[in-house]
Amino acid sequence: MYSEKVMDHFQHPRNVGQLPDADGIGEIGNPVCGDIMKLYIKVWDDRIQDVKFQTFGCGAAIASSSMMTELVMGKPLEEAERITRKNVADALDGLPPNKMHCSNLAADALHKAIEDYRIRNALPAVAP
Amino acid sequence: MKKIYLDHNATTPVDPRVLTAMHPYFSEVFGNPSSIHAFGREAKEALERARGRIAHLLRAGEREICFTGSGTEADNMAIKGVAHSYRNKGDHLITSQIEHHAVLASCAYLEKEGFRVTYLPVDGTGRVDPDDVRKAITDHTILITIMHANNEVGTIQAIPEIGRIAREHGVLFHTDAVQTAGKLPVDVDALNVDLLSLSGHKIYAPKGVGALYIRKGTKITPLIHGGHHEHGRRAGTENLASLVGLGKAAEIAGAERAEEYKRLTKLRDALHKKITDRIERVFLNGHPTQRIANTLNLSFAAVEGESIILSLDMEGIAVASGSACTSGSLESSHVLNAMGIIPELTQSSVRFSLGRTNTPEDMETVAEALPPIIERLRAMSPLT
Repeated sequence: MYSEKVMDHFQHPRNVGQLPDADGIGEIGNPVCGDIMKLYIKVWDDRIQDVKFQTFGCGAAIASSSMMTELVMGKPLEEAERITRKNVADALDGLPPNKMHCSNLAADALHKAIEDYRIRNALPAVAP
Repeated sequence: MKKIYLDHNATTPVDPRVLTAMHPYFSEVFGNPSSIHAFGREAKEALERARGRIAHLLRAGEREICFTGSGTEADNMAIKGVAHSYRNKGDHLITSQIEHHAVLASCAYLEKEGFRVTYLPVDGTGRVDPDDVRKAITDHTILITIMHANNEVGTIQAIPEIGRIAREHGVLFHTDAVQTAGKLPVDVDALNVDLLSLSGHKIYAPKGVGALYIRKGTKITPLIHGGHHEHGRRAGTENLASLVGLGKAAEIAGAERAEEYKRLTKLRDALHKKITDRIERVFLNGHPTQRIANTLNLSFAAVEGESIILSLDMEGIAVASGSACTSGSLESSHVLNAMGIIPELTQSSVRFSLGRTNTPEDMETVAEALPPIIERLRAMSPLT
């Protein structure tokens, strides 16, 4: 059902945890839909210097969260912001059709964390 | 690594004794039971022996047993068959919110045809209040369908009492006994039922066969039209070998049921204790005592069910969950929701359903595998 990459990220998720001094936090999902994700980013010089996540969810949700943190680590904000759920799913060698919303969760949490960073620093939103 | 199967409410392996009984009925005794020559007669005899064994398990008459292709088909046949036969008498059905989808979807289908259906609530343990059944009955009620025991949480309903109420009001009563036939005593007279569904692959017979008990005098409009098989109630050449298997499985279950029930109760309660001794914030879903012996449904706070299934699967342990992610429909368990379990815990539910292959050692292996899994997933969770 899941690709080897999904199982690898589920078993050995990268960048799990919290950043106590995060510059931006994105929380998304609710228990009714099944998944909750919290993403912490540390920004330096308009780049994502560090990123950590916590996820309550299925294998696909955990793997998507983990993969997304790998995709954005060290990236300029503008580049990170362009990451879509398709990028996350593709990087995992695909997800089952009924699990595509899990990759959505990861991308949405990232966008929310960046938005939170901009609001905290009174920066204008950047057009995609 | 020894694989441990704890998903017997989903399906069971075919018992080797059942398989042996089936063997001659593929290539040696292969006749069509409807044929009048010797080949056919021999097949017919085997088929009727199987029917007799099912009838004996249910303490029913042989003519009251109609073979079907699954438990789902038996449920569909009972509900739609009664509705279509008794439409001139009324257009109202009563069921519960925690039925198997075979029942719920059949009722929903009838609603589209203009029937009205009352979906009774359950309490926090998953029990239907028989008084609610009584209050829901109207002059237009033609069928009550309430499952004997629930497949997800194992809660057993007060079927004899609900049946008595149905009879007092002259309403037909169907029960889905897919999870209880061969486990609990299932005596159609003691249960006061007019119709009862069972499934082969839940009782160590093959997939693709089931049966519907239809009390003498109950009219049923067939779902499948064709030849005169099953006394005109279900057309199609009978699945001979598998039905012989179903008969053998019923015979074995009848003989071993009581002992096995005791054994499974002990194993299940040991597993429950081992888990709660080692892991904090674990909650039981279902009735503490009125519950089938093999079923243990637990919620592990702050951890999503599918991630537990995947982790146990890597250790060779097979379980199920009521979380949205495992349903295929992105909706979490309608059973746990109806019981009023909060969404966080519904998503965190894991069902362990035991069976013949399980040993006390299996329980220990599972109880040892779980704590590090739950600990790892909790450390990853934003919930506390």
